[in-house]
Amino acid sequence: MSDRTQQVEAKSGEDYLVEVRDLKKWFPLQGGFIDTLLGKNQTFVRAVEGVSFNIHRGEVFGLAGESGSGKTTIGRLVVGLETPTEGSVLLDGVDLAALSKEQVRKLRKRMQVMFQDPTASLNPRMTVGEAVGHGLKIHFPEKAAAHRDMVAEMLERVGLTPAGLYMDKYPHQISGGQRQRVVIARALVTMPALILADEPIAMADVSVRSLLLDLMLRLKQELNLTYLFITHDLATAKYICDRIGILYLGRMVEMGDLREVYANPLHPYTQALLAAVPVPDPHKRRTEQMPKGEIPNPINPPSGCRFHPRCPIAEARCSEEQPELRQLRPGHQVACHLAEQFLD
Amino acid sequence: MRSEENLYSIRKLTVDYYTRSGKLEAVGQVSLDIKRGEILGLVGESGCGKSTLGKAAMRMIQKPGKIAGGELWFDGVDLMTLPEDEMRQLRGDKISMIFQDPMTSLNPVQRISEHLVETIKTHEKKTKTKSALQRARKLIERLGIQSRRLQDYPHQLSGGMRQRVMIGLGLVLNSNLIIADEATTSLDVIVEAKLVDQLKAIRDEFGLSILMITHNIALVAEIADRVAVMYAGRIVEVGTVYDIFDDPKHPYTQGLLNSVPTIQLDERQELYKMPGEPPDLTNPPSGCRFHPRCPQAMAVCSQWQPALEEVSAGRLVHCWLYQDQAVVSGEVAA
Repeated sequence: MSDRTQQVEAKSGEDYLVEVRDLKKWFPLQGGFIDTLLGKNQTFVRAVEGVSFNIHRGEVFGLAGESGSGKTTIGRLVVGLETPTEGSVLLDGVDLAALSKEQVRKLRKRMQVMFQDPTASLNPRMTVGEAVGHGLKIHFPEKAAAHRDMVAEMLERVGLTPAGLYMDKYPHQISGGQRQRVVIARALVTMPALILADEPIAMADVSVRSLLLDLMLRLKQELNLTYLFITHDLATAKYICDRIGILYLGRMVEMGDLREVYANPLHPYTQALLAAVPVPDPHKRRTEQMPKGEIPNPINPPSGCRFHPRCPIAEARCSEEQPELRQLRPGHQVACHLAEQFLD
Repeated sequence: MRSEENLYSIRKLTVDYYTRSGKLEAVGQVSLDIKRGEILGLVGESGCGKSTLGKAAMRMIQKPGKIAGGELWFDGVDLMTLPEDEMRQLRGDKISMIFQDPMTSLNPVQRISEHLVETIKTHEKKTKTKSALQRARKLIERLGIQSRRLQDYPHQLSGGMRQRVMIGLGLVLNSNLIIADEATTSLDVIVEAKLVDQLKAIRDEFGLSILMITHNIALVAEIADRVAVMYAGRIVEVGTVYDIFDDPKHPYTQGLLNSVPTIQLDERQELYKMPGEPPDLTNPPSGCRFHPRCPQAMAVCSQWQPALEEVSAGRLVHCWLYQDQAVVSGEVAA
């Protein structure tokens, strides 16, 4: 561990690999030619609106929410694939924005990404060996002689054994589950500290998902990894995440230890989200009513609490004042003015 | 062969696709009944043939695919011998389909009202535009969309609304059977839950049957009365939703149920990790197609295919563990 990280630890008293502070990301909306002539104000999609969280070293932190909640954008901001409009991301206490492009590139080997669709994220003209070894070529050119062995070792680790059998195959020559494993191997070969896993198993067959999740958890232990796990599936999150943040329309509405949040959801949105997930037991069919309407447009989000137009318990105050995250139970924060009523 | 109980009976249906790497049997010898007024869940993984089965039920298999054999009986009508123009009338009129992606199934340059009115007028030549519009308005309000939205184009609606319009297109002709192929898959959970409520309410109100095709086994537990489980082109188990979830018989169903994460905290953390992957159907395993992944496989399983045997009333299992020995010898001989 470097001096730098120790310094940060001393400051915060906690061992954070990632600190995200008041992150904002607005995407400018392409206006028409006429709008430009008329001098209309630039409009923005407010994808992320002031989100803060920390990821402990060695934990799996989940970000969950519906489409349009900003979860993918946050993930991309954390690994530096997007630049924030405001706010900062610190890796090992170092602000990514303060680094030069070259330094960020060097940091890339410490942050790797697993995307949703293994077929789309593998180059069809690269063999498995080339795809997995590509990161080594970029980040460790000095170790060129050892690359093939390093790739082979990683392939075996992810269960593609014997590695020699897969090394020279192209993505179309292997099965979907094996492609998924190649994507995992490719992310891990540079020995990163942080893995951004954006819906990594959503495309996998149902019967192979548990194997992949298990593989990800085992590799985390073996290689001392930290995951930022992005998902829309709260059941998968339960299986893999230690802590979870629930996003709604670019804001964090609830955050805490996963079991605590699932057992005592304090935000009406989290409550609805958890109730909506179907349970594989016909004796436990849902009886709860679902909130009215759908997730609104992030170009012009509701005032105050963004959930208030759909919220069953909203009061006048909710449309005026934006609630901030506050701790109501140990290890459990919620952004709702009226959450106290759910405490007991 | 009109039955009081069954609206649709599929018998020994086989659908083949002719690919460059040879013939692929996507659906093999499948028999299945859809009862009047029931929601039947057809569950399986991608590539198991569930969508092909749904399309075959509407005789919509296109080249390079072909219905290679079997019978389709809809409300006493033999669909396999029905002329194409009558079949076309029946699609939409009696059986309609809701697809996964409403964005590609709706015409982007047609207003919602035009979609509905056109559907009505195509099937009911005598209906006037005005009364068709009236019906469209009533239906769309019933589905929880304000009638002024009829003037909108598909891109102006939210994903959930578009999916409800798709359901509306299925309902506007008073179909007796709706085939919903992954109809909720692209939706967020809350929107999906609302659609599930709506489908249930529609079934109760109109007494129609719904074939719900999905990969999501939890969703089936939420909505279905009966469940059929498909694996590699075969129906492997059929039963009531309580049969299937309380007492799954087929090792695949058992494995699937034990490997799916749930949000319930009281449950054991450990998930079953099913070995292997679904097979490539151009080169399927011999005998029972699940045998290479089956923890209870016996010698016979790789040799011969089991029959879809009725183990108790309405309970069918396609597995050697449950085959009547007398039948076994007969099947093997045949």
